[in-house]
Amino acid sequence: MTRIYIPADAQAVALAADRVAAAFEQRAQGRDVTIVRTGSRGLFWLEPMVEVETKDGRVAYGPVKPGDVGGLLEAGVLEGGPHRLRLGDPAAIPYLARQTRLTFARCGIVDPVSVEDYVAQVGYRGLSQALSIEPVEIVDIVKASGLRGRGGAGFPTGIKWSTVQLAEADQKYIVCNADEGDSGTFADRMLMEGDPFALIEGMTIAGLAVGATKGFIYIRSEYPHAIRTMDRAIATATAAGYLGPSVAQSGRAFTIETRTGAGAYICGEETALLDSLEGKRGMVRAKPPLPAMKGLFGKPTVVNNVLSLATVPWILDHGAQAYADFGMGRSRGTLPFQLAGNVKRGGLIELAFGTTLREVVEEFGGGTRSGRPVRAVQVGGPLGAYFPQNLLDTPLDYEAFAAQKGLLGHGGIVVFDDTVDLAEQARFAFEFCAKESCGKCTPCRIGSTRGVETVDRILAGIEREKNLDVLVDLCEVMTDGSLCAMGGLTPVPVLSALTHFPEDFRRSPARAAAE
Amino acid sequence: MSHESWAPERAAEVIAAHVSLDGATLPILHALQHTFGYVPTDAVPMIAEALNLSRAEVHGVLTFYHDFRREPAGRHVVRLCRAEACQAVGAVAVANHAKARLGIDWHGTTDDGRFTLEPVFCLGLCACGPAALIDGEPVAGLDPAALDLCLEACA
Repeated sequence: MTRIYIPADAQAVALAADRVAAAFEQRAQGRDVTIVRTGSRGLFWLEPMVEVETKDGRVAYGPVKPGDVGGLLEAGVLEGGPHRLRLGDPAAIPYLARQTRLTFARCGIVDPVSVEDYVAQVGYRGLSQALSIEPVEIVDIVKASGLRGRGGAGFPTGIKWSTVQLAEADQKYIVCNADEGDSGTFADRMLMEGDPFALIEGMTIAGLAVGATKGFIYIRSEYPHAIRTMDRAIATATAAGYLGPSVAQSGRAFTIETRTGAGAYICGEETALLDSLEGKRGMVRAKPPLPAMKGLFGKPTVVNNVLSLATVPWILDHGAQAYADFGMGRSRGTLPFQLAGNVKRGGLIELAFGTTLREVVEEFGGGTRSGRPVRAVQVGGPLGAYFPQNLLDTPLDYEAFAAQKGLLGHGGIVVFDDTVDLAEQARFAFEFCAKESCGKCTPCRIGSTRGVETVDRILAGIEREKNLDVLVDLCEVMTDGSLCAMGGLTPVPVLSALTHFPEDFRRSPARAAAE
Repeated sequence: MSHESWAPERAAEVIAAHVSLDGATLPILHALQHTFGYVPTDAVPMIAEALNLSRAEVHGVLTFYHDFRREPAGRHVVRLCRAEACQAVGAVAVANHAKARLGIDWHGTTDDGRFTLEPVFCLGLCACGPAALIDGEPVAGLDPAALDLCLEACA
């Protein structure tokens, strides 16, 4: 029997992967073939990328269109035969070979809802390790690994776990923040669609470490495929005894339920997420108390991003030092970067911290899709800075980015060519904040709308110098006075645009109006 | 996508099926919208009663989240991504084309009830934008012509 692997990842499906799978199903009838739907390896310009298991290992072909399937079969694709779309051993494709895949080691390779596949690909070894040691030792390992929250804030994961572990309560919770709302990010989505058991295992280990018996995954509604895969994987893990009243026959309970968001970006902020999970409007809470002390339903709660949790099994399996050996400075391990926007080769790029932004954009990305020069690169989502050409040599590291008044955030990298208007992007940052603000604090709720108006006045040439001063002042108020990162970081893209691309704010009003 | 017509008995069933979940409000609202295509005003007091909340609280939740509709949508829902990664590859032009072709603005429904146009901020399909969800199916690499083909394929 020959196995054909075809991604069911939403991005691959958007590029017709389902129709490619159907074409193989139909045209390979009568041959001894099994089609396995996987996640994606994250080489999106090659999707749908079809892999065939041959006696010499996997051979990849891509990008495959539904109309190519007949020709591929005639060319002997089942034996790894030659064809213009043949890519050879997928692991040897330079884009993949140059990466350090720890969190994403299995994504795109395994059947995401097969627990047997997961175990065969060294899954659940972290859990066995966790079950063989004391909870405090689990927390110590996570601390020693240097793992920091991958959602954007970069808070040390082990310290958060330690706080929850030490809190006394009749009920504690593990909450996974899968409200991946930043534009240019898709790592959480890919992981949930491609290797959901890694997240389940990570959450289970977190539960054992802090004494929580219940976990929730809050997934944004814009990710219907991820929700379906996650629900199927949870049901499979439960049936196999990896979730439930006695996890892997340990006598210790842990269960997981998913919840679906409802289109509010602010619910990616951890306290707004908790309110939303409780069934309320997603309003930001003042801290303290920290969620680790009073979180979901007032109980001590670990709130971690998908990638933070999904990395924990690797750390438990390989040891804290093995993870900490990757990276630079205080940024240890790897970060799955996501390269998107106007770029030739967009995709998921898991690298140890310290690679420069330029290497990712130019060497992995191959420059812009439009073929025009790169003018700006926004890193870290809608609250991240726009970097100009002369800052592209900044190493991808939490502290190095902070030093340039930017942030790594969740690792999204969005490339723009020279047609971008940074004043318009600054306006959009305010507009987005106005739309998505929870409304609890004044600097964010009112400041965002005043920001749109001020940029409009600047572009219309109305008292330009005075309004530029107002803009900077407004940004200062929002930075210092907002309750959470939504209002507090909206000035980051705005000020980076103003600092690095001042000419876009000083065009003649006639030209601005004409465009 | 076909939805059931509003019926209080059916709504009561849907509410009852989710009421015991922790934090049941959003699951109930999603389930009602899944069933009826929107969350009718008449459902609000029913949810409030089931969850021991005030009607104002339920109304507050219903109106906070962009996803929940209080009116039925068109037969096909086109959700176009407006976020930065898609902007970088022409999402604004695609959106302007969609609005002009359908003769509606964001959140509008065409007079024949065929299409509703909604903005969405990121679908996680950022490596091959501009992206959209059309009746829940992801599409990528849109330009005005490709969008036209997608719209024409909708009955």
